Amino acid sequence: MWDRNQMAERAAQELQDGWYVNLGIGIPTLVSNYIPEGIEVTLQSENGMLGMGPFPISGEEDADLINAGKQTITELPQTAYFDSAQSFGMIRGGKIAMAILGAMEVAENGDLANWMIPGKLVKGMGGAMDLVAGVGRVVVVMDHTNKHGVSKLLKECTLPLTGKSVVDRIITNLGVLDVVEGGLKIVETADGVSEGELRAATAATIVK
Amino acid sequence: MKKVYGSAAEALEGVLFDGMFIASGGFGLCGIPELLLEAIKVAGTKNLTFASNNAGVDDFGIGILLQTKQVKKMISSYVGENAEFMRQYLSGELELEFNPQGTLAERMRAGGCGIPGFYTKTGVGTVIADGKEHKDFNGETYIMEEGIVADLAIVKAWKADATGNLVFRKTARNFNPPAAMCGKMCIVEVEEIVETGSLDPDTIHLPGIYVHRIFQGDHEKRIEQRTVREA
Repeated sequence: MWDRNQMAERAAQELQDGWYVNLGIGIPTLVSNYIPEGIEVTLQSENGMLGMGPFPISGEEDADLINAGKQTITELPQTAYFDSAQSFGMIRGGKIAMAILGAMEVAENGDLANWMIPGKLVKGMGGAMDLVAGVGRVVVVMDHTNKHGVSKLLKECTLPLTGKSVVDRIITNLGVLDVVEGGLKIVETADGVSEGELRAATAATIVK
Repeated sequence: MKKVYGSAAEALEGVLFDGMFIASGGFGLCGIPELLLEAIKVAGTKNLTFASNNAGVDDFGIGILLQTKQVKKMISSYVGENAEFMRQYLSGELELEFNPQGTLAERMRAGGCGIPGFYTKTGVGTVIADGKEHKDFNGETYIMEEGIVADLAIVKAWKADATGNLVFRKTARNFNPPAAMCGKMCIVEVEEIVETGSLDPDTIHLPGIYVHRIFQGDHEKRIEQRTVREA
């Protein structure tokens, strides 16, 4: 079974040289710690920045320089800034090769739910709906089951959707699955996890 | 034609009215028109509708206008940082229209560009698409979203010249240019008004044609999530 960092490390293997990529909040943010040697990727922050750098050292925080999670960050030599309309223009326009996002539920047809639990406090979708509708490839990083052991990979999502048929690949603590015709296909299992265990933990249809 | 005013209160003179629709720049607390929001609080204008990506925090940004119950409706993409907002929303005192962030930005840009509606893939198959026109282009389904034209745009920039040409700084640009564009009237607060001619015309982010009134002020520029790494 993979921990948060191992899931991020596995997700970093999805990156390709030259890609522009958007990383969501949570485990996806950790992916930037594991970018493979020899791969150059440019991180987009949808509040208006390409070329996002690491957190600043103490004393160098700049109120005018934050990421989409509102955290203080730094710029890099290749950094460019732009306004929100242009930022989502490049997202909607398919210029961002991949987004790596968290999820509450994913369905076997690629439906994604990650913004709202009815009856609980609704915070909003932010840029998630635009990202999943617009980017070239959507990779979801999430726990395979909830804290009661119930699968979050489902035949159909029960929560309000962020996007319809948008997910390409799912990386969980138990392994990697692709959304294909007819259901999910196991790509690999996590260290110490058997294919049988992964199947048993998955409510979605698994196809060969 | 004078665009430079002495303060937020002076710049807002004769502009505010109850029930008006205001578009605001800013993302989180970054690049928000904090001085104009404070002046609107002092003016006491009521029943406001705001198009703004976020709603500030309880004691800063649009949050201060929620405390005084001056806001009737928010059009936003994310409001998670504001407890008073949640209280008023859950009790039915405050209307909320969620827009996906890119849809909100494009609605402002389009409204300012004379485009009353546009089609986007964002939100197709979700609750956002309910009741909206669907149309297929090249085998893919899109929904129609409408441009926003606001009574007033309130904007924060880094520098302006006296003609209203604006330069923003780093990620504080965010929603400010599209918000500025969609306002019938646009008022801008800046950290510095510089001599006309001292800004390089090639580096102006938003030309003064969109800007009606400007003033210079001292900004707190609060940081919402201070995150640092080991040196």
